Amino acid sequence: MSDPIITMRGVNKWYGKYHALRDVNFSVKQGERIVICGPSGSGKSTLIRTLNWLEAHQEGTITIDDIELHPKMRKIDQVRMEVGMVFQHFNLFPHMSVLENLMFAPIWVRGLSEPEAREIAMTYLERVHIPEHAEKYPGQLSGGQQQRVAIARALCMNPKVMLFDEPTSALDPEMVSEVLDVMTELARDGMTMVCVTHEMGFAKAVADRVIFMDAGEIIEEADPHNFFDAPQNERTKAFLGQILQH
Amino acid sequence: MLYPDTVQRDPLVHKPKFIALTIFLSMLVFAAINLNGTIIGELMRPVIGEPSESGLFGRLSTGLVLGILFAVNIVLIGFLRFRWQVLVVWLELLALFLSFFYSFDLNFEFIRSKLWFMITQGVFTTLYVSAISIVLASIVAIFGAVAKLSSNGFAFAMASFYTSFFRGLPLLMQIYLIYLGLPQLGYVIDAVPAGILALTLCYGAYMTEIFRAGIQSIPKGQWEASRALGVQFGLTMRRVILPQSMPVIIPPTGNQFIAMLKDSSLISVIGVWELMFIARTAGAKEFKHMEMLITAALIYWILSICLELVQTRIERHFRTQSH
Repeated sequence: MSDPIITMRGVNKWYGKYHALRDVNFSVKQGERIVICGPSGSGKSTLIRTLNWLEAHQEGTITIDDIELHPKMRKIDQVRMEVGMVFQHFNLFPHMSVLENLMFAPIWVRGLSEPEAREIAMTYLERVHIPEHAEKYPGQLSGGQQQRVAIARALCMNPKVMLFDEPTSALDPEMVSEVLDVMTELARDGMTMVCVTHEMGFAKAVADRVIFMDAGEIIEEADPHNFFDAPQNERTKAFLGQILQH
Repeated sequence: MLYPDTVQRDPLVHKPKFIALTIFLSMLVFAAINLNGTIIGELMRPVIGEPSESGLFGRLSTGLVLGILFAVNIVLIGFLRFRWQVLVVWLELLALFLSFFYSFDLNFEFIRSKLWFMITQGVFTTLYVSAISIVLASIVAIFGAVAKLSSNGFAFAMASFYTSFFRGLPLLMQIYLIYLGLPQLGYVIDAVPAGILALTLCYGAYMTEIFRAGIQSIPKGQWEASRALGVQFGLTMRRVILPQSMPVIIPPTGNQFIAMLKDSSLISVIGVWELMFIARTAGAKEFKHMEMLITAALIYWILSICLELVQTRIERHFRTQSH
């Protein structure tokens, strides 16, 4: 394994007086799959959103692929090009067809020609198993299909890291597995992934490490085997007790 | 929509109480208006005798007859389907208005002789001045809206001062200020550019708010999705945000255009040969004011109706496009 592609050191973040991230340290190596879980309001979404700086942090350092994120940086777009993000609510562009959604950034940001972008888009649509919907608009697709398009859209930029912010929480239950399957395949192919999710089955099967957060802090960090079978912290135990009950 | 109840009741206009009340009230109204001097009075002669000498009895009985006719009309229309009701009432009101205009004893020969010039010169000028102004105003509005949403204090201050000023002053005053004020600074400006400038600035200020609302109607997630792909601000605005705000922006902009079409009559005061100006000057020469004013009024009305039809189509287009 090579050098870490993501490092956070002593990161603190506040929303006004609310302390959203407390002294967060962690790093992700190339090819690693990290799952972050924790109760709502624990700061896990905030954490993942600071990784491509949709949210700014106030203290500490975040380094992505050797570029440090700070308020005066000029190269934030270059960082974001390398960091794909999948949102809870998909956030597809509703006025563009599926294909246009996928081709938009490769053409306008990467500067690819239209045929090149189209080829890449079709490749990734096939990888998420919906090439037949290329010409449709997001509004015509189910939630699961939309989320798979959103994954393909991020992949079209050929990112080095993929961030998933609760990708299955807005889906109807019967659509969760189709999205998780795509994510599992992506993990098998060696993509570096940071994933906020409550899907513990996915975490067990895919993650190299599971991180548990509460109240803006990383409480526990372990490989899935130890995390699920022998959690150390009381809060982790209580959380796992609650979500594994059902 | 008022979302009417599913229970079917007799329509209000078929209730005896309502009919009686309608007859009574409209009798009072018609009696107060006193139509005994018109042809209606003549028709009533067998009942009331000499109309001019029939007094209160004459007025009330004429009022009663007209009130009954009015109530019968309402009751009959109540039996029709919605579309037919609308059509019949429109036609009736139109006929009333036309007969009102007709009662001025208009000189139609005069109108016919001026009509072509009113259209080629007046309508043409009105339309192109309004069209140029709405396009320029939209451009002003985009910048105004972005500035007003900006976190840059300078931009926000400029934009809010601009909108406050141009929304706070009467348009007529802005027209004078630009046409008479700019030459004071050494820029002599023609009437047409001055008019276009005034309309642009005034409507740009109103439309800044429309564009601002349009941009704000797009959820934050769209910005974030675009940003997360490495897309820069300007491109996000052009390709992601503005196209989506169009369904929110276009309908009120259409209304602004229709309003501007009518407000452009104000630039007649600085001598732009648009419809209102032609109507006033052409009528003044031969003291046929009413002819020209009524003609111009009808032309404005027809133009507005046409534009409203166009606007409905555009709205429908945007609605289907955005699924």
